[in-house]
Amino acid sequence: MSQYLDFEKPIAQIAQRAADYRAAGDEAGARHAEGAARRLLAETYARLTPWQKTMVARHPQRPHFTDTVKALVADFMPLAGDRAYGEDEAIIGGIGTLRGQNIPVVVIGHEKGSDTASRVKHNFGMGRPEGYRKAARLVELAGRFNVPVITLADSAGAYPGVDGEARGQAEAIARATAAFLAAPVPIIAAITGEGMSGGAIGIAAADRVIMFEHAVYAVISPEGCASILWRTAEKGQNRAADAAEAMKVTAADCKALGVIDTIVPEPLGGAHRDPQAAIASLAMAIAAELQPLLAKSPQQLIRDRRAKYLAMGRTL
Amino acid sequence: MSWITRTRQQLTGFLARRDTPDNLWTKCKNCGAMVYTKEWEDNASVCPRCDHHDRIGPKARFAQLFDGDYRVLPAAKVAEDPLKFKDQKKYTDRLKAARAATGEPEAMMVADGQIMGRRAIVGVQDFAFMGGSMGMGVGEAFLAGVDAALAASAPYIVFTAAGGARMQEGILSLMQMPRTTVGIQQLHDAGLPYIVVLTDPTTGGVTASYAMLGDVQIAEPNALIGFAGQRVIEQTIREKLPEGFQRAEYLLEHGMLDMVVHRRDLKDTLGRLIGLLMARRIAA
Repeated sequence: MSQYLDFEKPIAQIAQRAADYRAAGDEAGARHAEGAARRLLAETYARLTPWQKTMVARHPQRPHFTDTVKALVADFMPLAGDRAYGEDEAIIGGIGTLRGQNIPVVVIGHEKGSDTASRVKHNFGMGRPEGYRKAARLVELAGRFNVPVITLADSAGAYPGVDGEARGQAEAIARATAAFLAAPVPIIAAITGEGMSGGAIGIAAADRVIMFEHAVYAVISPEGCASILWRTAEKGQNRAADAAEAMKVTAADCKALGVIDTIVPEPLGGAHRDPQAAIASLAMAIAAELQPLLAKSPQQLIRDRRAKYLAMGRTL
Repeated sequence: MSWITRTRQQLTGFLARRDTPDNLWTKCKNCGAMVYTKEWEDNASVCPRCDHHDRIGPKARFAQLFDGDYRVLPAAKVAEDPLKFKDQKKYTDRLKAARAATGEPEAMMVADGQIMGRRAIVGVQDFAFMGGSMGMGVGEAFLAGVDAALAASAPYIVFTAAGGARMQEGILSLMQMPRTTVGIQQLHDAGLPYIVVLTDPTTGGVTASYAMLGDVQIAEPNALIGFAGQRVIEQTIREKLPEGFQRAEYLLEHGMLDMVVHRRDLKDTLGRLIGLLMARRIAA
């Protein structure tokens, strides 16, 4: 049973009516209401606002790293630690065999957790320097053994804390980005939920960047942007919605701006309504992106990746 | 009325009219001392009383650093307001205001000149221009500096100052992080030094990309340097921040910098450094 978001209340009401009909033995009425609910769901999701997409991208039942990797990779073997200070469970990395392709891949991504205990354990997917240093280490490992890299970005941002600053949060993100840009192996980055700020780009500089249909990708969270640029906002007004709109955070926007390459379709009503279908859709997209990259030489990969970033935004 | 009285009256009137214009005296933002502006500028905009390093723009920096003449690189052409961004003000209006206030086209200027007789390309970010924020314009200026360094086989020195990425350019501003990083890797490939001088303040996406990737990392005394803003951190951890947190000396102590250098010693330090790094360079 899916948790309804605020803007889905009308859909929830019709679905409830369907359940009531069924409980009363009115199967035809139930089916009719279900059809109406489905139609309204399709209509709603066909024209989600950027702020509504942000809500969908943050939905607690959206498939997270652990769910995705389980389906994507056979015998996933997590690899821990940054070899300098600690192990950061906000960013998980490891190696395994990509199902359907039968080749090894290194997979790195944010894990937000799915209940209170696991959310705390994974720090809500907000990485510390150790997480980014681990990511850089694993990308370098992948490069040494000619293993392609897949990343799954889903974070509200890197963790803003005293300890992270003390250990070089900024430097860690910068070095991770540099490691991705220098890797002699194919890299595919998927923006699966929230791709926010440096926390996302630290694991998302890639040959191909793909993005779930209802994911959001932004330089700062809509709330953060609103608090800086709409300082004098009147009470009760949702300036974050305005900020999400103004920053152009949706997959379609990012594609139009040339920042991402491919939009990955989600099941009707968002990935959280059918996580397995969503993951299957992602797996197909990854396989399609990976094939042409596997044919490139290491030098060609690095050359093309650099050229892509240098050209980005120049022809807008 | 004697001629002396008359002259004195005229003089007093003249002095009263002048009424200490803004540019005659400079007030130190740290200790509040009033310093004769000429003395302030002769001291490289560092307070002679408390050593506070005031924020300075590209032109003052170039003048302090280069031996004599230097050539400012033409500003790169970028799409103006690619998102048609509007908050409480239009982005285009903010740009106009910043240009009028600074007389510069963007928040970063790059120049080609000599430091202690050695050619160097120097990029300077201007905090006075929309908080030095990094968008396509800054990214392109940074990369133009890389290209100039590659063409001249010269080291590239970048003075950072920024609140972070320019939100008004949305995701494109975030993309300046990998874009500038590619530029730095091109310098690595060519065996050219890339030196960063962090000035007050350098935070956000700028710190998390080109400001932390120097072959040598220098900062000016007491410069605020960090990833997350102090307000955000305080809200997150709900406690007071430690003394000196995110200041240059704090970063030095935590291994993030090679040195903290007083502004009056910067030219000498940079000149010696590029001499040493370039002496045995093998051209790519």
